[in-house]
Amino acid sequence: MTNLLSIITFIPAVAAAILALFLRGNDAAAQRNAKWLALLATTATFLVSLGLLTGFDPSNTGFQFVEDHEWILGFHYKLGVDGISILFVLLTTFLMPITILSTWEVETRVKEYMIAFLLLETLMIGVFVALDLVLFYLFFEAGLIPMFLIIGIWGGKDRIYAAFKFFLYTFLGSVLMLVAMIAMYMDAGTTDIPTLLNHTFASDTISVMGFQIVGGMQTLLWLAFFASFAVKMPMWPVHTWLPDAHVQAPTAGSVVLAAILLKMGGYGFLRFSLPMFPVASDLLTPLVFWMSGIAIVYTSLVALAQSDMKKLIAYSSVAHMGYVTMGIFAANQQGVDGAIFQMISHGFISGALFLCVGVIYDRMHTREIDAYGGLVNRMPAYALVFMFFTMANVGLPGTSGFVGEFLTLMGAFQANTWVAAVATSGVILSAAYALWLYRRVVFGDLIKEALKTITDMSLRERAIFAPLVAMTLLLGVYPSLVTDRIGPSVTALLTEYHAALPAEPAAEAAHN
Amino acid sequence: MSTDLAIILPEIVLALYAMAALMFGVYTGKDSTAPTILWATVGLFIVLAAWIGIGGGGERAAFGGLFLDDPFSRFAKVVILLSAAAVLAMSAEYMERRGLLRFEYPILIALAVTGMMVMVSAGDLLSLYVGIELQSLSLYVVAALRRDSAKSTEAGLKYFVLGALSSGLLLYGASLTYGFAGTTQFAGILSTLHDGAPLGLTFGLVFILAALAFKVSAAPFHMWTPDVYEGSPTPVTAFFASAPKVAAMALIARVSHDAFGGVVKDWSQVLAALAVVSMFWGAIAAIGQRDIKRLMAYSSIAHMGFALMGLSAGTAEGVQAMLIYMAIYATMNVGTFAFILSMERNGRPVTDITMLNQFAKAEPLKALALLILMFSLAGVPPMVGFFGKFYVLKAAVDAGMTGVAVAGAVSSVIGAFYYLRIVYYMYFGAEGDVVESRMSPVQWAMLVGVAAIMVLGVVNLFGIEPPAAIAAEALVR
Repeated sequence: MTNLLSIITFIPAVAAAILALFLRGNDAAAQRNAKWLALLATTATFLVSLGLLTGFDPSNTGFQFVEDHEWILGFHYKLGVDGISILFVLLTTFLMPITILSTWEVETRVKEYMIAFLLLETLMIGVFVALDLVLFYLFFEAGLIPMFLIIGIWGGKDRIYAAFKFFLYTFLGSVLMLVAMIAMYMDAGTTDIPTLLNHTFASDTISVMGFQIVGGMQTLLWLAFFASFAVKMPMWPVHTWLPDAHVQAPTAGSVVLAAILLKMGGYGFLRFSLPMFPVASDLLTPLVFWMSGIAIVYTSLVALAQSDMKKLIAYSSVAHMGYVTMGIFAANQQGVDGAIFQMISHGFISGALFLCVGVIYDRMHTREIDAYGGLVNRMPAYALVFMFFTMANVGLPGTSGFVGEFLTLMGAFQANTWVAAVATSGVILSAAYALWLYRRVVFGDLIKEALKTITDMSLRERAIFAPLVAMTLLLGVYPSLVTDRIGPSVTALLTEYHAALPAEPAAEAAHN
Repeated sequence: MSTDLAIILPEIVLALYAMAALMFGVYTGKDSTAPTILWATVGLFIVLAAWIGIGGGGERAAFGGLFLDDPFSRFAKVVILLSAAAVLAMSAEYMERRGLLRFEYPILIALAVTGMMVMVSAGDLLSLYVGIELQSLSLYVVAALRRDSAKSTEAGLKYFVLGALSSGLLLYGASLTYGFAGTTQFAGILSTLHDGAPLGLTFGLVFILAALAFKVSAAPFHMWTPDVYEGSPTPVTAFFASAPKVAAMALIARVSHDAFGGVVKDWSQVLAALAVVSMFWGAIAAIGQRDIKRLMAYSSIAHMGFALMGLSAGTAEGVQAMLIYMAIYATMNVGTFAFILSMERNGRPVTDITMLNQFAKAEPLKALALLILMFSLAGVPPMVGFFGKFYVLKAAVDAGMTGVAVAGAVSSVIGAFYYLRIVYYMYFGAEGDVVESRMSPVQWAMLVGVAAIMVLGVVNLFGIEPPAAIAAEALVR
């Protein structure tokens, strides 16, 4: 099938259009129809996307399932996946039905809610499969609109502040990237990503307004892309929008944000920064390393001090994304493999953790840690699931969290021992905040009056967690499920990367 | 002579129509004929747009170069005529209901459009001036259309005084140019510029550009805009925000390339400075606005900054970017004002954006359309407004003005804030007094149609790119 990717990308959008145009009324029946249609569409998308997995040839490091059509201004509507992007597509399609299912109880503006999520899915898949700069930017930016509305309409108390902060922060990062994309277009004469991957951008030192810029154009372009991806990732110190957005977003919004939207930054680094600007990446690696190291330690410490569960998990996400950036810029097989693995695994784990918070928030309507305690007495199943994902978040061997952390640390250790040492302390800190959170919420005596009648998870909620538990375990004990698919593409990327570096630093690195 | 007349025929038809309509109105039923005249004018605009747009006919000059007919002027004329027709059509019901529909209104608009058509076709500083004055004088009157309202008359007077000042600047610049170049014809001025411009000519150029900056309301010559936008009746504001802006912007392109094409460096930095100041001032000053008409005034200032950025590139690509930008801008404005026209409460028009609280609950479809328009105005993909910005930024980066492009990009983030705020009121504002939106079918069609265009345009921008490229090639050689 030659247009499989288009089909996967646009099934949700078509469903959203059907909802918008043909579903009338706002009664219970209409709401139920909207939910079922959304669930059906996302499930169908997932099933169709499995076709990618069967048809994908991991040993081919080029782009597969490529579609190419003329578009305006010499741009192309070009889609394709390689080993780096395919798993992100699957992660998205896998998580969306779960997300929809988790919002089954939403009551306000159900139809609009479903439309927003369906559109968001189309745009997120589009980001990962776009093979044209402008098309990529289109999907990348357009995703802000539904997310802005999701936070703003269905969010918590301070949702308006959070929605604006989310939008403007990420928008500022992206417009700088847009200017850089135009400059790349001017330089290379094309916006075709595969061609740009083979294009060498000038890296001679240039002088701009009296400043000597080492790495020249590459450095400037790298910084512009960095502005966008670092915000999206988010990296310290531009992470401050994330806790606000997470806390205010509805549960499903948090899941999508943590599990998928954050991965766009990491994907961007792998797709653009590393292969297209190798010299600049090499020059600025120490910057990324130290930002990652600080992120891991600092945000872990901040997480310790949180009294709001969602905020705690949000800060924990920032710390885990620190491992990702560290692994990517270690620029060796373990590091990059580990970074991708960590992103996939974090998609399951953080998504599940937000869902865990959602389960008790739906019952008690508070996220304050102090409002809970002793839940294990009334909710044994919940306590088990929550513990499983807490352990996965900490990086317990046997869960996917361990593999990602271990590989990235190993990669970073080879590139910069000090940063790896600093980052390793984050493992301990993450155990500290995660276990402490778990103790305060689940263990102890059930003394709070309000909790005495709390009910355990319903069948629907158990069904939501089952696939997440399965995936986390599966990837934890059988990581080559992921690494076999991404391995060859990562190897090719790194070979090109190291070949593009000037000879001296490479020789020096080998010497060390 | 007869070929000259054939070239200028559309303008003649329109001018004769305006005079005939005036006679008809005066000698028959006065204001009772107003709807007839209005719809006839709309029809004529559309017919002329089709005639000019489909007619083609290469590049021709009439009256010894006073009047030029080329792809550039035709592109601008089509945009002007169609946006004027759209604004006129959607204002009919509003004006009628508020007793503002005098028969002079469509006639004055027709005259203003005639002036604009002369402006974009001008090949000489004199025909340029005649066109501008015909346009401006008509607009001064329509600004003060609501005679019994202090704000409307104030708007008309303010517009008139500042407009007269800018006309004075223009004439002074033209006389300097004439003094140093020895001719007022663009082609003649261009031929004297082979080895740089003498100082006097540069002065003349700067005065002319300053005067035209008044007309497009580029900062720092924008002071009249918010007051005039606020004071004028809303349909008139809608008109101000579309067709005259397109005409004046086309005129800047015409003057800078046709007459001063030899000294691109001299004017490109002037335009770049105007662009940066406009983009930032338009974005920042709008933040404090509560009145949607004032907000749209600042929004138009920021948008003019973007269009000027395209022009300041000084290339054919820049002109093309400007033309596409202005076409998209005019379309977005038509849609947005179709909504603003319908905003009322207890039968009285309101313009306070806080009245949009939870509008999405009352009217989901209209709110969605306005949401699309706001994101498009903010330049967020995949809306068409993004492509306007993209073309402009590309032209600027291509011309080596990366700094200006970065400034424009940053200003668009600041500007996004106030567009988002309208969305915020509509979708997540507090419950409270909510505006009623009473729309004529035409207004509804404009709002929803434009919103659809903003989304569907992502496919191929409705093929606007090739004609804009041809138009730009005709101007920049």
